[in-house]
Amino acid sequence: MNQQAVESNNDSKMTFDIKAVRKSFPILDQNVNGKPLIYLDNAASAQKPDTVIQSISDYYCHDNSNVHRGAHTLGDRATAAFEGARETVRRFINAASTKEIIWTGGTTEAINLVASGLTASLKADDEIIVSRMEHHANIVPWQMLAERTGAILKVIEINEAGELQEGAFDKLLTERTKIVAVTQVSNVLGTINPVKEIIDKAKAAGAITLIDGAQAVPHFLVDVQALDCDYFVFSSHKLFGPTGIGVLYGKEDRLNALPPYQGGGEMIERVTFEKTTYNELPYKFEAGTPPISEAIGLAKAIDYFTVFDRQSIELHENNLLNYANSMVSDVPGMRIIGTAASKVPVMSFMIDGLHPSDIGTLLDQQGIAIRTGHHCAMPLMDFYGLPGTARASFAFYNTQSEVEKLFECLQKIQRLFT
Amino acid sequence: MTIDKHTQFTQNDFGGSINTDEILDTFEFLEDWEERYAYIIDLGKKLPEFPESEKVEANYVHGCQSQVWLIHYLDKASGKLYLLIDSDALIVRGLAAIVLAAMNAKSPNELLAVNVEEIFEKMDLIRHVSATRGNGLRSMVKKVQVIAEQLI
Ligand SMILES: Cc1ncc(COP(=O)(O)O)c(C=O)c1O
Repeated sequence: MNQQAVESNNDSKMTFDIKAVRKSFPILDQNVNGKPLIYLDNAASAQKPDTVIQSISDYYCHDNSNVHRGAHTLGDRATAAFEGARETVRRFINAASTKEIIWTGGTTEAINLVASGLTASLKADDEIIVSRMEHHANIVPWQMLAERTGAILKVIEINEAGELQEGAFDKLLTERTKIVAVTQVSNVLGTINPVKEIIDKAKAAGAITLIDGAQAVPHFLVDVQALDCDYFVFSSHKLFGPTGIGVLYGKEDRLNALPPYQGGGEMIERVTFEKTTYNELPYKFEAGTPPISEAIGLAKAIDYFTVFDRQSIELHENNLLNYANSMVSDVPGMRIIGTAASKVPVMSFMIDGLHPSDIGTLLDQQGIAIRTGHHCAMPLMDFYGLPGTARASFAFYNTQSEVEKLFECLQKIQRLFT
Repeated sequence: MTIDKHTQFTQNDFGGSINTDEILDTFEFLEDWEERYAYIIDLGKKLPEFPESEKVEANYVHGCQSQVWLIHYLDKASGKLYLLIDSDALIVRGLAAIVLAAMNAKSPNELLAVNVEEIFEKMDLIRHVSATRGNGLRSMVKKVQVIAEQLI
């Protein structure tokens, strides 16, 4: 932890000093195409603080070893760090037990694990509800499940602003609904969905709930017990942690009822050629050597930003978004896709006369990294009748002057090239 | 009908007065990214008209972030292959114009001898041809080459 970055606050959390925070992210300090890098592609993958990078290096320099083997000191250290990371994640989302924290390769694998495990629970004409704004990762595994079982996929439609249509979910929810899988935050629109309400209703109807938290956890605190969802999934790399690891949270009874996903080492209790019995949670779902350094890095990432007063981070991010919104009208022909009342700092936009890929290329020339394209949400693009959007997504290490620079560059692009 | 098609494909200067040498000469004198991209986009504006009726799945170049269409016509008399390309993105249109300048109005054999990567390297636009970019210049060039190979 960069000590200058923090100063004490009453409730022992730290208010954050943006300059010092930026110093903790070594990658931000570089020129791209001759200009200082402005990284606004955080929704695709966020940058890593030096403590995360250091922890991975330290692990390989001092502790690297396989976990849960118990034969030697390095193995004990690795296991302690690895299981400590699980506890950090448990605390972060307030799960009841570390048994409920399953390491996966990421959000995508976590959803596939659940969708695969529910195969035997579904029959023809059962229904699975998703929303129009889902990432493909929260569509395709359910489509595949529907294909395997004869179940039917139902879609909660949205309004122009990019919010779930009022009452649409209620109309879809019936006794045939077996699974409700929705995103807490849209990766394209930034919309924060009222998932608590959805979970409560789904639960009352007897449906299993899965919340895609990939875009939520980088921006606000989530309490899975308060949400009361059955499953909650997210990726480390969008949460300032390493790639290659993600989290499946599941209620213990749900996970116990779910069959294993992959077979192999670690996930077994006893193997004979006649019969294999499975290990207990969480190991039942962790076949093979797990992502050890990645888990340790993720825990460091969580340690890094949970030090700060959450409200001051949210305020800062909100200010970034409001500031950006206030400048949209200065760019002729610019419009925002996704104007929900409740949003994280994600801004999808179009500029008349320019294709999103033009905007991306021309911003890149000025050192600004954004994402362009369909953002793995083609059904959502179809709704808006767009081939794709340009998307600037902010993280807490972005600054007001970066937002200003973005708009300066957008104005310039609009002036020169349309 | 054939007359129309012939005219449609051949009445333009790509591969003629708009050629790689001329483009490289001009490009060399452009000072900054603004000028370079303004020039690329202007080149795109010179692309011959692409018939709307041909913007169908069969002519769609896959693997592009923007939409790209490509059609061809072999002039039996001269043995030359003519191409029309269009895109909904300005820069991709410009890059397509550079491709056309290098590959249009050549026999399939001549066309296959063209090293497009080298041209883009000289223009410092090689990133656009790399596999990681979703703008599909690579798919575009590949498609032209496949067409040429099939005509040999
Ligand atoms: C909302 C949402 N869900 C799922 C995913 C997939 O995450 P990953 O590629 O890390 O598995 C993403 C990432 O783009 C996302 O934004």
